[in-house]
Amino acid sequence: MQRYGLAVLSHLALIVAWYLFVKLGEVPKFVMPSPYDTIQALLVPNYRWLENIVVTTTEIFGGYILAVVIGIWIALLFSWFRGLEMAAMPLLVSLNMIPKVALGPLIIVWFSYGIRPNIMMAFAICFFPIVLTTARGLREVEPDLLDLVRTLKGSRWQVFTKIQLPGALPYIFSGMKVAAILAVAGAIVGEFLGSDRGLGYLMLQVQVTLDTAAMFMAVILITLIGMVLYGLVLALERALVVRDARLQ
Amino acid sequence: MGEPFIHLAGVQKIYRTRGTDFLAISEASFDVEPGELVSLVGPSGCGKTTLLKILAGLHPYDSGQVTIGSRSQPFDPSRDIGMVFQQPLLLKWRRIIDNVLLPAEILGLPMARSRDRARDLLALVGLAGNEAKYPYELSGGMQQRAAIARALIHDPKLILMDEPFGALDALTREKMNIELLRIWQEAKKTIVFVTHGITEAVFLGTRVIVLTAGPARMADNFLVELPHPRTLEMKTSEKFGEYTRRIYRLLGME
Repeated sequence: MQRYGLAVLSHLALIVAWYLFVKLGEVPKFVMPSPYDTIQALLVPNYRWLENIVVTTTEIFGGYILAVVIGIWIALLFSWFRGLEMAAMPLLVSLNMIPKVALGPLIIVWFSYGIRPNIMMAFAICFFPIVLTTARGLREVEPDLLDLVRTLKGSRWQVFTKIQLPGALPYIFSGMKVAAILAVAGAIVGEFLGSDRGLGYLMLQVQVTLDTAAMFMAVILITLIGMVLYGLVLALERALVVRDARLQ
Repeated sequence: MGEPFIHLAGVQKIYRTRGTDFLAISEASFDVEPGELVSLVGPSGCGKTTLLKILAGLHPYDSGQVTIGSRSQPFDPSRDIGMVFQQPLLLKWRRIIDNVLLPAEILGLPMARSRDRARDLLALVGLAGNEAKYPYELSGGMQQRAAIARALIHDPKLILMDEPFGALDALTREKMNIELLRIWQEAKKTIVFVTHGITEAVFLGTRVIVLTAGPARMADNFLVELPHPRTLEMKTSEKFGEYTRRIYRLLGME
């Protein structure tokens, strides 16, 4: 309980420091708005906060869930077909070297403006860590444990369901946590590059009018969406993975 | 003496690597009577683990003959082997009782009855009351006890142990030796116990088979005529010393 208390305290302290810095330093509002100004930005109806929040959340969660589902499936196929892994894994590692942000203009050509290309951007950026960590987790099986199952003439499917998959779960979650942070960045970069809705798009709009308070608010909201996603993944991990097995 | 339970005759194993062949076992021949606890002792690289894996049916061998089972004790290789390794290798995400049940699940044994049996076995190995705990809540010695219960769950006739107490501290190891003898007497299994501990081999074994390295070969095979139940005092007895000296001599350490 004390740990949570201290965590809340440090967050509050940051807000207080922010307030004091702006007030005592007499910082102009367009350089840095106070916390109060930032909240005030929510009252501008033109900014359509709710709609933009829904759009950005859809992009982040859509790209993320797509990456988790497809990423885990590909890693499973790799573990079932060794030849496929040997051929495709080096290819994936090479593709992973592409800066995903550089794909932005291409993605817009392929998927046009709107939510879809931004989902694709979020997907592209968080897909690789999920495949790589899941594949690694599925490979990490104690050889002696395999021997134990082999003396009982257990099937490959039994090895998979009883040992390999539950053993890989901590790795899958470690990949999912990294990916959760990347998905947020992917969606926002997508909105920067070409979009007509979403919190990232809104930031570009208010930049023109130098409404820094609205930009602050947008960043805070984006961060909160990311925290919700991360929190959901953590909660799922807590429910599915025994404490000792979790990767730190 | 009736028919032996395990019969090895001239078993040879060669590891073929590019360029050189490595003789892992040359001519291992011995018999194990049903209900014996045989210690396989030797330095690392003497092929004792290889021999254990040949008995488990995990490794092929190059020549010779391995027969397990007899008319009075028929042997089904998929149901009659229990394995214990140096590491407990418990599944971290399973409770202790569910770890013990793993072989029963793989063999498709009736679960309700196996669960009762798992509880009895946990009591046998001294882990009553720990059924619902996770492995990380248990000490290394306790985890290894659970691994022994797991090896017994499907009621196999043969237990193969590969340095099961090698990772434990010396005191826990001595305690586990006494515990293993008690479990062996209650469960009435044939046990082949691989170790590089010379006193451990003599203390546990009804018979000791000594393997030497470079070249790997069977150097000795003798009965340990110390009464059961064995006690720690026996380790200081004249007879015990004779047995250990005999092994030290064979391993060129005297």
